[in-house]
Amino acid sequence: MTDQSAAEATSASVQPGGRQRAFAEFWHYYSMNTGAVIGLVVFALLVLVAIFAPLVAPHSPDEQFRDALLSPPAWQEGGKSMFLLGTDAVGRDMLSRLIFGARFSLFIGLVVVVFSLTSGIILGVLAGYFRGWVDTLIMRVMDIILAFPSLLLALVLVAILGPGLFNAMLAIALVLQPHFARLTRAAVMAEKNREYVVSAKVAGASHIRLMLVTILPNCVAPLIVQATLSFSNAILEAAALGFLGVGAQPPTPEWGTMLASAREFILRAPWVVTFPGLAILITVLAINLIGDGLRDAFDPKLKRS
Amino acid sequence: MLRYLLHKLALIVPTVFGISLAAFAFVRLLPGDPILALAGERGVSPERYAQLIEQFGYNRPYVIQYLEYIGRVLTGDFGISIATKRPVLGEFQALFPATLELATIALIIAVLLGIPAGIFAAIKRGSWFDQATMGVALTGYSMPIFWWGLLLIIFFSGYLGWTPVSGRIGLQYFFKPTTGFMLIDSLISGKSGAFRSAASHLILPAIVLATIPLAVIARQTRSAMLEVLGEDYVRTARAKGLAPRRVIGLHAFRNALIPVVTTIGLQVGTLMAGAILTETIFSWPGIGKWMIDAIGKRDYVVVQSGLLIIALIVMAVNLIVDVLYAVINPRIRVQ
Repeated sequence: MTDQSAAEATSASVQPGGRQRAFAEFWHYYSMNTGAVIGLVVFALLVLVAIFAPLVAPHSPDEQFRDALLSPPAWQEGGKSMFLLGTDAVGRDMLSRLIFGARFSLFIGLVVVVFSLTSGIILGVLAGYFRGWVDTLIMRVMDIILAFPSLLLALVLVAILGPGLFNAMLAIALVLQPHFARLTRAAVMAEKNREYVVSAKVAGASHIRLMLVTILPNCVAPLIVQATLSFSNAILEAAALGFLGVGAQPPTPEWGTMLASAREFILRAPWVVTFPGLAILITVLAINLIGDGLRDAFDPKLKRS
Repeated sequence: MLRYLLHKLALIVPTVFGISLAAFAFVRLLPGDPILALAGERGVSPERYAQLIEQFGYNRPYVIQYLEYIGRVLTGDFGISIATKRPVLGEFQALFPATLELATIALIIAVLLGIPAGIFAAIKRGSWFDQATMGVALTGYSMPIFWWGLLLIIFFSGYLGWTPVSGRIGLQYFFKPTTGFMLIDSLISGKSGAFRSAASHLILPAIVLATIPLAVIARQTRSAMLEVLGEDYVRTARAKGLAPRRVIGLHAFRNALIPVVTTIGLQVGTLMAGAILTETIFSWPGIGKWMIDAIGKRDYVVVQSGLLIIALIVMAVNLIVDVLYAVINPRIRVQ
């Protein structure tokens, strides 16, 4: 329901010459949501930190300070000022590893969203546009993927492909993809019989043109919201796979992988467990705040009230 | 109603077929030789290898293997675990109550806290209660639960020393499982302290597993209530002077319940995925940990049948939710 009304919102607002005004209007509603703005700022900072990681990080993420194993954070007793967030079991600086870890998490989110968005849109447009057996076949396959708990399916896929960051990303993309396919299909079906599509068809537009140029741009809003949610989901799932030992492999400073190797020090050195998880939570929370803000800004129902 | 049910069942048949095919295919695609994995470092003689391959039927064509597998599944035979040599169904039945108990308690926590929180947040829209609740809910929704579990262990088990770190009950309590639910079994056993021990083992994992469903249910309840509270019939009910409590309880909530029931049903998949992480962190002997171990050991038979059973459970619950949905919302049936 919300998806359709969101699609209508954009189709109504993107009129000739109105793009800038549409964006201004969108930003007006988005910026009214304080949480969404905070999320955007935090996310922007994370992106900057990830890009400039070598400049921001005080140490190399792999350098082992053998005289400072499991050194507590600087403000705790016994902490050293050169290791602000302490060190891990082999003396690597936690802060530097977390900073470099941001690169992995954001990269994972980006790649997974691009993969699942592209394949989901293609399948969804095909299903919603052609209906019939194409629709049945595609949607049944999506049902099958959705019938398995996502993490379990991702685990089995990674077991098949072999552990590692790239395979983990592929597996997560496959698991998240049905949501895009379903959403696109619903939006395409809602738009397909509208007058502007019919008139384009009568004017002689080809199937490809109708699908990609006429219909798809009007289904964008719900897809953007779903892409944001998938971005954060991908980061969480990749961290979970890393935690279970089948995602990024040590010594990669991926946050979930860092948590996995920190588990045995959980009671002796709580900071090696606390900070990587906090980094995941902050990142995911920031992205979800953005997602909520986008959803509300796209949704005309909430604007009125 | 019957037609609706039959229609839903007819839709499920190809999906179930697809699930069984997918589970079968995944397992054939797993790298590594199950027989060699089973033999471990000792290795296996070529004769014994051939004998085992023959015994498990791995040398037959895939189509035959698949049909044989389906034939056996239909008679309730899910195969013998390569690693433990015990029937998969038996292992599943022994471990499933642990997961079911954990998931049930988690879902109860999520529903009992999530629905009232969502309702009050919607009624007091924009208040500090609303903002705080939704802030907490979004944080819960964003939570890496494996980390959340570790934090709770650090605080409650490490720092305060209140709760045990792993398992389902203290080692000193030993009794035969009757229901498989440790909370009930420990009560039946009549041993003093047994129930307390079981509950203290259960509480942290249940909180961890409840976190995401709780957040989702609270958010969904709030938005469903907001939607309904803006409807004309609610305004009419208010206008004719019904007590606010009646308006919310009788008119608004019952209609808001429809999407909430669906949301609760959809949490079953989330709970199963969450169980994998929760059971790993708390060494909880359920099917999540069982599956992880089976994948690690390349126990083909367990992975294949486990995937199939878990997907079937998720599908069955979704079907029940669909039917419930039609029961509480007549508009669906008529279509």
